[in-house]
Amino acid sequence: MTSNGNGRKTIGSRIGGIGAKLRGSEFWESVFRPGSPFRKGYSDSPRNRSYVIMNNVLYHLHPVKVKRHGVRLSYTLCLGGLSFFLFILLTITGIFLMFYYTPAVPDAYVDTAALSTNVAFGQLVRNLHRWGAHLMVITVFLHMTRVFYHGAYKPPREFNWVVGVVLLFLTLLLSFTGYLLPWDQLALWAVTVGSNMAGYTPVFGDQVSFVLLGGIQVGASTLLRFYVLHVLALPFLIVIFMAVHFWRVRKDGGVSGPL
Amino acid sequence: MAEIPEHLLRRSAQAKAKALGVPFEQVLAEMSGGTLAAAPAAAPAAGAAAAQAPAAAPARSAPAIPEGVRTQRLLTVVKANAIQQVKREPTDKVSVWPHLVAMEFVALLVVTALLTVFSVFQDAPLLELANPNAQPNPSKAPWYFLGLQELLSYFDPQVAGVLIPGLGLAGLAAIPYVDRNRSIRPSDRKFAIMVFTFFVVASAILTTIGSFYRGPGFNFTFPWRDGIFFDL
Repeated sequence: MTSNGNGRKTIGSRIGGIGAKLRGSEFWESVFRPGSPFRKGYSDSPRNRSYVIMNNVLYHLHPVKVKRHGVRLSYTLCLGGLSFFLFILLTITGIFLMFYYTPAVPDAYVDTAALSTNVAFGQLVRNLHRWGAHLMVITVFLHMTRVFYHGAYKPPREFNWVVGVVLLFLTLLLSFTGYLLPWDQLALWAVTVGSNMAGYTPVFGDQVSFVLLGGIQVGASTLLRFYVLHVLALPFLIVIFMAVHFWRVRKDGGVSGPL
Repeated sequence: MAEIPEHLLRRSAQAKAKALGVPFEQVLAEMSGGTLAAAPAAAPAAGAAAAQAPAAAPARSAPAIPEGVRTQRLLTVVKANAIQQVKREPTDKVSVWPHLVAMEFVALLVVTALLTVFSVFQDAPLLELANPNAQPNPSKAPWYFLGLQELLSYFDPQVAGVLIPGLGLAGLAAIPYVDRNRSIRPSDRKFAIMVFTFFVVASAILTTIGSFYRGPGFNFTFPWRDGIFFDL
């Protein structure tokens, strides 16, 4: 294995030796915690399988073991997990889109239109971002109905339901603020109609509308305002609430029991 | 079991002699002879039962304890389930890795694949440049607000635009605190399921009407007769 017919090491074995040396190095062990499948000498034992979760960042999301009914696809339909995954997908595609976007009038429209011609995969990424956003609203809503019908909001999980309602609201706000950014007729008038409703707030209606739009009607300052909300303020808020949401899922006891 | 050190034996014999009112030497002889074999839980002042244990065995001289050596004696062993109730029913569990994580990963791949295929064949809409002076007819909110926009054609704006969504959101958040029923069995919570389903179906119907059955001027139309006035 280590030598060819001439008694010299083959290139393959030398490369393999470097890999083995690296995997045994202090640096490698500082990166991968004990029990990681990437560590030297990992074997597929029940103990190591537990370590994979327990010594892993996943420990914050998943317990080592769950009830068998909890992994049935028909129980959760993965809706919560998919909502989280769609958020990550939207973050990645959103960062890509930010490279080519200027939140100004009429640059926003020109940049969005240029995605389909001047940017490699620009149109595809924009499509992914838009359809993914609509899908996320749907999965978050369906996740909520699933949790209701399983009675999974009952003690001790009451507060996590409240956090979930906040997350639903933030998801809608994220989608709504993103709706304006292409700055086409659809965006402008959909947001005009949507934010008119905020103007009906009793007593403070005009003030609420002014703060939201940065003026008396949807214009350049609204675009900038919605852009900052969409790419910075609301994601910041939703990440905090998601952290609390996932932490409470673990602390309150994972998936709910069978019906 | 280890031998009881001499000084401890003397001390406990003194205490027992004082308690029982019998001579100290007699108690010491009994203890060093017979009670050594008795249950370790027996406290020195346990009473007559220990004192009257058979004293047949000859007295043994305890080995001398070196100066400064501390010795210990096991007094009693209390089993856990004698003082606390351990309720742990066996449950059927599986490891999250690989069973759950693999399933989540497959779900992630499936959604990514479906979304990518859909995005390849269906472009996101982009109409002409925004023009504040040309309002399209009809003007519709994003689809998830179309249920509310539909309500606007029935109620006062303050009711449909602020009161209903505000109360709806607050009521949604308050569900766990209003619903005091602890059971999660569907047959035990028919009322809760009925009310929740009513609101879900109502909002779905309103959103559908607002999306597909409203045309120019937000007037009622049939999508198969006048076409669909709806953009995502």
